[in-house]
Amino acid sequence: MQKLVVIGAGMASGRVLEHLFESAPSAFEVTLFNAEPRGNYNRIMLSPVLSGEKSYEEIVTHDDAWYAENAVACRFGEPVVSIDRDRKVVVGAKGEVAYDKLVIATGSSPFIVPVPGKDLPGVVAYRDLDDTNAMIEASVPGARAVVIGGGLLGLEAAAGLRLRGMEVTVVHLMGHLMERQLDEAAGYLLRKDLEKRGITVLTRASTKAILGTEKVEGVALEDGSVIPADLVVMAVGIRPETRVAKAAGVEVNRGIKVDAQMRTSDPDVFAVGECVEFEGILFGLVAPLYDQAKVLAATLLGETAAFTPKELSTKLKVTGCDLFSAGDFAEGEGRDDIVLRDPARGIYRRLVLEGDRVLGAVMYGDTAEGGWFFDLIRDGTDVGAMRDTLIFGQAYQGGSPLDPMAAVAALPDDAEICGCNGVCKGTIVKAITEKGLTSLEEVRAVTKASASCGQCTGKVEQVLAVTLGDAFTGPARKTMCKCTDLTHGEARDFIRAKGLKSIPAVMQELGWKTPNGCASCRPALNYYLVCDWPGEYEDDGRSRFINERVHANIQKDGTFSVVPRMWGGLTTAAELRAIADIAEKHAVPLVKMTGGQRIDMLGIKKENLPAIWRDLNEVGLVSGHAYSKGLRTVKTCVGKEWCRFGTQDSMGLGVKLEKLMWGSWTPAKVKLAVSGCPRNCSEATVKDIGVICVDSGYDIHISGAAGLHVRATDLLCHVDTEEEALEYSGAVLQMYREGAWYLERIYKWQERVGLDTIKATIVDDPAAREALWERFLLSQKFAQIDPWAERVAGLESHEFSPITIVPALAAE
Amino acid sequence: MTTWYDICAFDDVPALGARTVRIGAREIAVFRTADDAVFALENKCPHKGGPLAEGIVHGRKVACPLHNWVIDLENGEATGADHGCAEEFAVAVEAGRIRLAVPAERLAAE
Ligand code: SRM
Ligand SMILES: Cc1cc2nc3c(=O)[nH]c(=O)nc-3n(C[C@H](O)[C@H](O)[C@H](O)COP(=O)(O)OP(=O)(O)OC[C@H]3O[C@@H](n4cnc5c(N)ncnc54)[C@H](O)[C@@H]3O)c2cc1C
Ligand code: SF4
Ligand code: FES
Repeated sequence: MQKLVVIGAGMASGRVLEHLFESAPSAFEVTLFNAEPRGNYNRIMLSPVLSGEKSYEEIVTHDDAWYAENAVACRFGEPVVSIDRDRKVVVGAKGEVAYDKLVIATGSSPFIVPVPGKDLPGVVAYRDLDDTNAMIEASVPGARAVVIGGGLLGLEAAAGLRLRGMEVTVVHLMGHLMERQLDEAAGYLLRKDLEKRGITVLTRASTKAILGTEKVEGVALEDGSVIPADLVVMAVGIRPETRVAKAAGVEVNRGIKVDAQMRTSDPDVFAVGECVEFEGILFGLVAPLYDQAKVLAATLLGETAAFTPKELSTKLKVTGCDLFSAGDFAEGEGRDDIVLRDPARGIYRRLVLEGDRVLGAVMYGDTAEGGWFFDLIRDGTDVGAMRDTLIFGQAYQGGSPLDPMAAVAALPDDAEICGCNGVCKGTIVKAITEKGLTSLEEVRAVTKASASCGQCTGKVEQVLAVTLGDAFTGPARKTMCKCTDLTHGEARDFIRAKGLKSIPAVMQELGWKTPNGCASCRPALNYYLVCDWPGEYEDDGRSRFINERVHANIQKDGTFSVVPRMWGGLTTAAELRAIADIAEKHAVPLVKMTGGQRIDMLGIKKENLPAIWRDLNEVGLVSGHAYSKGLRTVKTCVGKEWCRFGTQDSMGLGVKLEKLMWGSWTPAKVKLAVSGCPRNCSEATVKDIGVICVDSGYDIHISGAAGLHVRATDLLCHVDTEEEALEYSGAVLQMYREGAWYLERIYKWQERVGLDTIKATIVDDPAAREALWERFLLSQKFAQIDPWAERVAGLESHEFSPITIVPALAAE
Repeated sequence: MTTWYDICAFDDVPALGARTVRIGAREIAVFRTADDAVFALENKCPHKGGPLAEGIVHGRKVACPLHNWVIDLENGEATGADHGCAEEFAVAVEAGRIRLAVPAERLAAE
């Protein structure tokens, strides 16, 4: 067996080893050095780790078992100090290893701006897990971070730190963000999106010094200003890590020079990844590195293969900032631009053409067509015939819009689906049919398609769907579900425009592909119909989730919980006594205060629900809708009536709001709170609608959340009177009911339509506000019926009565 | 020995819905689809025992109310990437009544 030594366990060398072991498991005895004290992980997913969306364990690509299985001698945490090419040995910190063939895959090192203070504790780069962990540790909410560099890495760092609650400032030398990937217009939209999240962006800002004595305290800019900081992240660029190679006398320019077979100036020494330079080009994205890896594995096995650099496309991995860029989009002689802008939706698209070929594309906001434009660029397609409609994307070509599935079905086998991993359609189809794959996860595991940045997930799903037909059950990308090609927005529009008033009508007229929908589209359609046709449409219980159908929350053991309403969080001794009696009478296993200022009775059998509801109804307690996509709770603090700081009657207003809104159907759950003063003891600033009383009236806040995602509210407006507070809140709720997609909470809806749009309607357009308010009141007429009382009276009684057969009697 | 039990009238089970039947220690869910086909499965999701009768019925499948596994009504098998099977029972609709077959040895289970 030949001895192969690899320096650096990174993304490129990991791929080389995979290819090697796959084709020739016993060709080499491998020793793997890594400076980091761990094996290979998916470095490009560090940003989701930083933001908390993924854990380190989830991004490990090769675990101990994999190395053991392939008999790799791992020397992790041991940097290579030198290479002795004459003796053919590699010298690690803990000793030498001999090689027949050597692979250098040392990646890059971050570039550190040579300013005073750069070595202070609290200054980090963004390259590996240790950097990421250092950032996570520093990110106590409220602490301040300055990110130097507004490129891909810097912005991912900034967004992640912001999500962790830090105050973040990005300092960028150039005139707009990501200037290498975006033009100015797209850079502007990106900046706006980042500012919306509370990130401060300074462009044309040059760092003079990092300040601090024991640790970082701030960043001084050339213009004389100082930004306070507890953490400074340097993300200004990378340079190939070539030190070991250079010292060994291998030919190095900016990177380690390699030929198309990845061979260095020494025939037994190879290099791969970001540390190499090929025909003067350096590399900073994984797609070309994976190509290199394939070529190197072949070379090592004595096969012929040659590396050719390809056109690259870029995406920023910041949730909610959809951007795409590819090719060359500089302006120039003989070049032509085609631009599409939709300011309301924050969409921007620009194509750069030379003659009848597309050279480059920049897109912001809606990047669904990115892949298609990228193909046009890479293939040099003649677009002369479709020039007029080109900018609208593939769907508009050839007369009638193409169904995306048909488009994928029409792709040739060699069409590339996954850019990062260079996986083409044929490979995926073959894996699906030969290995019987049925899910995105399986395709990912086997082919690596969409396993790196996830940009092509939708396309991979379409390939799956086309290949498997009905057998495919995974989620379609942006359509409501696999039952339809429509998005939520389109379906809503059609329901109104065509006057569709029942689920079967919707499914018939809009061409549903399944006979009666699925567990995902039916509840959505049911909601849209309830919302759009109040009083006309009759709710379809069979299209609601169990909780909403039986008006109680199902628990893990199949029992249910019962939460009566306590208006504004208020109760009385009599109510509490009644609840206590009922709990005892029905032997309720657990009674608990909820996080929503009321009482939960847990562990009730389904068939006992009506009896317990009857008893609750008798003392005036009604459903608290703890289960509904509707109004949950209105939390209040004591307010002016008792509290020495209270400015208005927060309890009274809370009760009025709850009486106004209870029973309403909404796209997702809705929670309110009213605080009597800005001390905000009822936590109004993390509620869907939060009212904060002040001396001069009421501040109405919207779009807070404190669940999976924590988000403080935005101020909608100030009003002077309680009547206005009720009307504005009701109007906003109605606007949300009419405009949001099913399961979208208020904050998500706002992030999609923009706070300005909401303000323009609710605050600046009294006629529109009043119309919404009227529509809300009308819909409430049909909604405010206590569902418990209805069922106590016998509605859907079969739901609560199981059929019991005693076998001893029925048998024989 | 298999016993056929007379369960209920066909109309007692709502279309796109289910009823639960308790026979001894067994809880069985009887489903009715939009096209009036009737199926019976043990009322226990192969994932974590969720009560399948409370799920949303669509096509010839039911989505479990707890974590949304989709179970094929025709054979009790989990669909998609999930693996597992809910026990299946034979049913018949005769003269507007639903009958359910339960082998004696399966009554004793658990
Ligand atoms: C009972 C309660 C916990 C408690 O013991 O205190 C609770 C229990 C459940 N919550 Fe909650 N949440 C409860 C207050 C909260 C709060 C606090 C609050 O309302 O002030 C939050 C954070 C605030 C927020 O919503 O922004 C909260 C955020 C969630 C979330 C995350 C929602 C999100 O959009 O991020 C879920 C999951 C979901 O809805 O998809 C959830 C889902 C659930 C479910 C329904 C899980 C489920 O699907 O079965 C739990 C039902 C248990 C049951 O049957 O009772 N619960 N849940 C609280 C009931 C309040 C009430 O009186 O109605
Ligand atoms: C936060 C972040 C986000 C990114 N996002 C994307 C993205 O979205 N898309 C994309 O295409 N690319 C992205 N990249 C770039 C991508 O991660 C790199 O292109 C890729 O990791 C380079 O692979 P490599 O194997 O050449 O080097 P690396 O993965 O860096 O591996 C090199 C390894 O060699 C080790 N090493 C160095 N010197 C020595 C020595 N002397 N002895 C022993 N070991 C040594 C290092 O410790 C390191 O572990 C991102 C990078 C970062 C940091
Ligand atoms: S946090 Fe909410 S959803 Fe999670 S276990 Fe507690 S009650 Fe259930
Ligand atoms: S118990 Fe049915 S999906 Fe989990």
